[in-house]
Amino acid sequence: MQRIGVFVCWCGTNIAATVDVAKVAETLKSEPGVVFATDYQYMCSASGQEIIKNAIKEHNLTGVVICSCSPRMHEATFRKTVQAAGINPYMLEIANIREQCSWIHKDKEEATEKAIILGRAAIAKVHLNAPLTSMESPVVKRALVIGGGIAGIQTALDIADAGFEVDIVEKQPTIGGKMAQLDKTFPTLDCAACILTPKMVDAGSNDKVNLYTYCEVDKVEGFVGNFKVTIKQKPRYVDATKCTGCGECTTKCPSRKNPNEFNMGFDNRGAVYIPFAQAVPKVATIDPDDCIYMKTGKCGLCAKVCTAGAINYEQKEEFITKEYGAIVVATGYNQIKPTEFEEYGYNNYKDVVTSLEFERLMNAAGPTGGHLLRPSNGKEPKKIVFVQCVGSRGQSCRDKSYCSKICCMYTAKHAMLVKDHYPDVDVTVFYIDVRTPGKNFDEFYRRAVEEFGVHYIKGMVGKVEEEDGVLKVQASDLLANAQIHMDADMVVLAAAIEPDKSARPLATMLTASMDTNDFFTEAHAKLRPVESPTAGIFLSGTCQGPKDIPETVSQASACAAKVIGLLAKDHLLCNPCVAHSNETLCNGCSTCANVCPYGAITYEDRLVMDKGVRETRRIAVVNEAVCQGCGACTVTCPSGAMDLKGFANRQIMAEVDAICR
Amino acid sequence: MQVEEKKEFTPLIVAFCCNWCSYAGADLAGSNRLNYPANVKIIRVPCSCRVNPLFILRAFQRGADGVIMCGCHPGDCHYTTGNYYARRRMTTLFSMLDYLGIEKERTRVEWVSAAEGVKFAATMKDFAETIQKLGENRKLRDLRCEK
Repeated sequence: MQRIGVFVCWCGTNIAATVDVAKVAETLKSEPGVVFATDYQYMCSASGQEIIKNAIKEHNLTGVVICSCSPRMHEATFRKTVQAAGINPYMLEIANIREQCSWIHKDKEEATEKAIILGRAAIAKVHLNAPLTSMESPVVKRALVIGGGIAGIQTALDIADAGFEVDIVEKQPTIGGKMAQLDKTFPTLDCAACILTPKMVDAGSNDKVNLYTYCEVDKVEGFVGNFKVTIKQKPRYVDATKCTGCGECTTKCPSRKNPNEFNMGFDNRGAVYIPFAQAVPKVATIDPDDCIYMKTGKCGLCAKVCTAGAINYEQKEEFITKEYGAIVVATGYNQIKPTEFEEYGYNNYKDVVTSLEFERLMNAAGPTGGHLLRPSNGKEPKKIVFVQCVGSRGQSCRDKSYCSKICCMYTAKHAMLVKDHYPDVDVTVFYIDVRTPGKNFDEFYRRAVEEFGVHYIKGMVGKVEEEDGVLKVQASDLLANAQIHMDADMVVLAAAIEPDKSARPLATMLTASMDTNDFFTEAHAKLRPVESPTAGIFLSGTCQGPKDIPETVSQASACAAKVIGLLAKDHLLCNPCVAHSNETLCNGCSTCANVCPYGAITYEDRLVMDKGVRETRRIAVVNEAVCQGCGACTVTCPSGAMDLKGFANRQIMAEVDAICR
Repeated sequence: MQVEEKKEFTPLIVAFCCNWCSYAGADLAGSNRLNYPANVKIIRVPCSCRVNPLFILRAFQRGADGVIMCGCHPGDCHYTTGNYYARRRMTTLFSMLDYLGIEKERTRVEWVSAAEGVKFAATMKDFAETIQKLGENRKLRDLRCEK
């Protein structure tokens, strides 16, 4: 018989306000096996933990039940506590009486009764707990960063700084991501390229950082500390080791009608191209869909002009398999194409552009050399209208429910830059709210209004139509309660941002969870913001939620710190709640191995003693280092030989019984 | 002859929740103070595929009036494929239970992600109401267990 101690936490008033904690402790004291029960204001505090430790020693406890917040919150804390007092950390169960009781029920009597039942279930389970020991597994001291934007670059550089090898996988031919496309950055108006390109060069030249550009993650196996990742190198049709990046081929390529993605399609590039002048690695890439030679077998001009002999039309995709201790997701975002928002006329009028397109039109390295010209006729605009929250903060199916966070600030930036370069241009911004929470952000916005004279109108644009080359904007002014009709030469849409399309299949490969918007979920919204709930997977940048550059960089560095913390360890403790097979019951039927997603089950011939008979039988053996403890095998086993430690059949049955008593 | 005072029926509902999505969703419902009936009691399992049909039979046998199983959305299982197995098992089990006289409405599978606190609370509310309307489950209750 176990000697069980029950500790009921008040959590200040979080639990105590709706649950009669003293009554819970008092009632649970009479449960079989309970030799000690108490309540205390904050069990997780130092003095609360001291109470637990003292009780374990004083009453010779063998099992502990803590009625408190969710085990997802403090299970690890309390496991350490009981271990410090000399009992196995797995002799602890937590009854969740905060998130799943006191916070959701208002009636004190009802909540108290439920807390008692949840406590009873935990006591019933602890009776059947057995001490478990974690196995150790070695850590591969190398990290993988998926995505080579500013987030991925910053994380990789910080990890490399600590002395660990790190690989960046980037699906584009160059690293740099979205930030490379930007003109200036708020709130300081630094030029994006001036602050990003040195970091790109650092990443390219750092001997601890390896770049896998034009690559994608194909397969992920393994677990924290021991991931095995297959990277697909897409064919560039250019030998990256020979290419010098001289650009001769890109100027000679006769296929010239291919929209240049980097400039948002405002100009064209050759079939063989280098995305932009500061690309890292500066290596040409042939797009096989555009290449005349690849399509017809005639041309081959690039191969003729390449003095380095780098062109190779026969290149095939390659697969590289490497091992990693940690994986960082930095897949970033995309701006939505507002094609479904027909009222703004994005589909019909060239002068209606998204803000990222506008960014290229303002950029000195962009298609217009930094001169703001109307895409329709190449003339300077005199009136520009900015529309905020296009596709953000909406309830309909075409909208994102969230705030894209960066639009208020970059619109203020755009407005300011336009006014700075062309003071006589009339700039109007339509907004729902102006959100500027950030260091020097509100000051920046106020400068746009007060110093640069940008007109801010609270209200939404209802319709944009073109008449005789002029955009007619219909909008509402909510403060003046008036309808507005306004002419504009350009309309810029602050379209919502969304996670990159590659994120969803990647999350499936990594078994990392996502929210309904396809942003990666963090392990804890406040306390573990850069880790995924899946051990060994870390989150950097906008793959986790909309962020501006300063925030992305801080998160990227925080993420690197977590990765370094993991890679600095030589061994990790594995989850001891794994499956095991009872060899006297197992008949070696292979059903369990078929459902195991990790291939953790193998078969061995073993000498088994059963009912006084000694015989050699084929039985299932679980590799504890590989098993992740899902329990699929335990249910599928027809002879009931498979069970899961920590969540054993008898334990769950005991919980059911306690609840249904 | 003694006449027992008839008490108002409050159903007993057992909810099996996977640790990674639904249990976290239940926690989120708590953090957001989203109310749902107190007669829903949650049992944490690592994955929905850990839920043995026998656990559900046991719950009914011991007096549960409804059993709901919640897991990650199909395709989002923390263990890649666990919820697919769970879905198949529960489909078979529930149709068999229905055949035995445990109404289909008493059993339910629902996918709730860690971000869907609102869905969790709404699901539990709705399920509890359904069971309340159905009334007590007496079909599988093991007479030997009754006091």
